[in-house]
Amino acid sequence: MSALCNRMFSDSARYRWAVFSRVVAAFVGGYVLSSMVLLLLSLILPLPQAEAIATSTMLGFILYALIIIWAFSSKRLRTVWLGLLIGSLACAPLILWLMPEGGA
Amino acid sequence: MKEGFRQSMAWLHTWTGLVVGWVLFFMFVTGTAGYFHYEITRWMEPERPLVEALPTSGRDAMISLALDQLEQRAPHAAHWQITLPHYSPVNRGWQNFEIRWEDLPEPGHDHGARGNATLNPLTGEHQESPPVRATGGGELLYEMHYRLHYMDLLLAYYLVGICTLLMFMAIITGVITHKKIFKDFFTFRPGKGQRSWLDAHNVISVMALPFFIMITYSGLVFFDTTYMPAGMAALYGPDRESRDRYFDDLYAENHDHQAATRPQATLAPMLAKADQAWGEQQIQSVFIQHDTGESPRVEIQRIHIDRLRWYDGEKLAFNATTGEALPTGPYGTTTSRTRQIITALHEGRFAGPWLRWLYFAAGLLGCAMIATGLVLWTVKRRRHQTLPGHDSINMQLIEALNVATIAGLPLGVAGYFWANRLLPVDLAERANWEANVLFLLWGEAFLYACFRDIRKAWVEILWLAAAAFALIPLLNLLTTDKHLGMTLTAGEWVLAGFDLTMLGLGAAFAWMAIKVRRRWLSDISQGTSV
Repeated sequence: MSALCNRMFSDSARYRWAVFSRVVAAFVGGYVLSSMVLLLLSLILPLPQAEAIATSTMLGFILYALIIIWAFSSKRLRTVWLGLLIGSLACAPLILWLMPEGGA
Repeated sequence: MKEGFRQSMAWLHTWTGLVVGWVLFFMFVTGTAGYFHYEITRWMEPERPLVEALPTSGRDAMISLALDQLEQRAPHAAHWQITLPHYSPVNRGWQNFEIRWEDLPEPGHDHGARGNATLNPLTGEHQESPPVRATGGGELLYEMHYRLHYMDLLLAYYLVGICTLLMFMAIITGVITHKKIFKDFFTFRPGKGQRSWLDAHNVISVMALPFFIMITYSGLVFFDTTYMPAGMAALYGPDRESRDRYFDDLYAENHDHQAATRPQATLAPMLAKADQAWGEQQIQSVFIQHDTGESPRVEIQRIHIDRLRWYDGEKLAFNATTGEALPTGPYGTTTSRTRQIITALHEGRFAGPWLRWLYFAAGLLGCAMIATGLVLWTVKRRRHQTLPGHDSINMQLIEALNVATIAGLPLGVAGYFWANRLLPVDLAERANWEANVLFLLWGEAFLYACFRDIRKAWVEILWLAAAAFALIPLLNLLTTDKHLGMTLTAGEWVLAGFDLTMLGLGAAFAWMAIKVRRRWLSDISQGTSV
C-alpha cells in the first residue's frame, strides 16, 4: 500500500485522477447505492407504505454517510467501485420482485 | 486512499470542510439569528406600539363575533379557526383576536386558499394593524439559511442539501479523526500558532457536538424526500401531486371535508369543560371542521405547553351538533412523530427563554467552529505560501474568502440592520434593499480583501464589524423612540435585548480585532509568520 501511495504521489496527475474517481464513487455511487437500499427497505419494512418510506429515507442519510466513509477509507479504489456496483445490482432484482403491481 | 483509516478521514474532513465552509458559515450565521427571528422583526418594525394588546370583551361574545365573520368571509372553508387573545409562548409575543380559515380545495388540488384576519374584540370588525416600514425582518434573515437568496428555490434547496451533507460528513469524520476527544476537550495551548487554532477548533467543535450532529441531520430530514426521493418516487410517483399524497398518508391528513358551519350545539359548556380541565385563561383557539362521513367537530386547543411537538398541544374535541365529548389522539404514528420530533428539535420553537439562548449560543459556536476550521486550513498552509507555483493564487483567494466571510458577512448583517433604520421609508422594494445591503457589504469585503494586504484586511474589517454592531443602539436612539433608555426602564426586554446583543457582538468583534492585530504586530517585529 505504501508503495502504491508513493507511486501515486510521485505521479501527481495519476493521484489526482484517483482522488477524482474516488470522490465520484463515494458521492455519486454512494448516492445510487443508498437510494437502492432505501427503496428496498421501503418495500420490506413491516409498516404502512408511507411510514416505511419515511423511515427508510431518514435512515438513508446515515447509510449514505457510512458508504462515503467506507469509500474513502477503503485501501483499493477497485474494491470501492466493485462494492458499489455489486451492492446496487444485488438490490435491483429484489426491488423488481417486491414492487407492488401497477406501482408508479 | 492515504495510509490508515484515520488519515483518510482527516483528508475527507479537511476537504469537505473547505469546499462548503463559506456557505455553511452563511447558513449558521443566518440560521442562528433565526432563533430570535420574532424578536428581530419586532426591532425592525419600530412603529409597532409597545403594548399591542387590544381591549378584550367576554369570551363567548368574541367567539360569536368571530363566527359571524367566518360565515361571511369563508362560507366554503375546510376549517375555521378562532384564536382568542393571549400571550403566545411559541411566537413569543401577544397574539390578538384572530380568525383563520382554509377554503375547500379546487378540484385536482390538495389545499384551498388560506385567509386570516385580526378582529376588533369589541366589534368583530377587521382590525387594521398599524402601518410599519417595509422590512424583511428576522423572517427573511432566517429564511436565508435554507433558501439562500437571489436564486431559484429548488436550486437553493439542493445547494443547501449538499452543503449540509458535507457538513454532516465533516462532523462524523472529525470525530473519527479525533483520537483523544475527551482529553483534547480540556486542552488549549494559546499563543502557539497553528497548534492553538487546532485546539480552539477542537474545543469549540466538541463543546456543542450533539447540537451540530442534531442540526445537520435534522436539516437533511426536513427535505428528506427532496434529497433522497428514491422510495417516494418509486412507490408514489415523482410529481408534486404524488408527493402531496405521500405526506397526506404519512400524517393521516387524507380526509375530505365539508364546508365548516356554525356549530349547532352551544360552545359555552365546551369552553367551561376546558376551563375545568386546564384552569382559567388556558384556551388558545377554537377549531371547527367537518370530515366527510362524520359529524362536524369542535376542537378546543390549549395554549402551548412544554413539549417538542408544540403544535400538538392538549386539546378537547366535541361533536358540534350534539355537544358531546369526543375522544382525541393519539396524534400520528411512531414514524410520523419521530420525523416531527427531529424537525422540531431543529427549529427549537418549543424552547423557552433559557433554552433559546442555549440554542443561540450553540449556533454561535457553530459559526466559530467553521471559522476556526477555515482559518486553520490557511494557517497550516501559509508557510508554503512563499514557494513559487500556481498554488499561491488559490491560497490568496481562500484567504480573501475567509476574511470576507468570517469578518465581512457579520458586517453585512449589521448593515442589514443599519439599512432598516436609514433607508427612506417610502423607497420602492425597500425590504429587498435591506437584503441587498447585506450582500453588497459582503461582496465589497471580498473585493477589499483581494486587493489589500490580508493581515490589514483582517484587522480593518473586524474593526468595521465591531463598530457597525456597537453603534446600532446609538443609531436606534437617533432614529426611533424605542431606544435603550426607554426600553430598559419600561422593561421591554425584547427590544432592549436586541440592542444589548448588538453591543455584545460589537465587543466580541473588537476583541477579535485586537487579538489579530496584536498577534501580527508581534510577529512582524519578531520577523516570523503566523
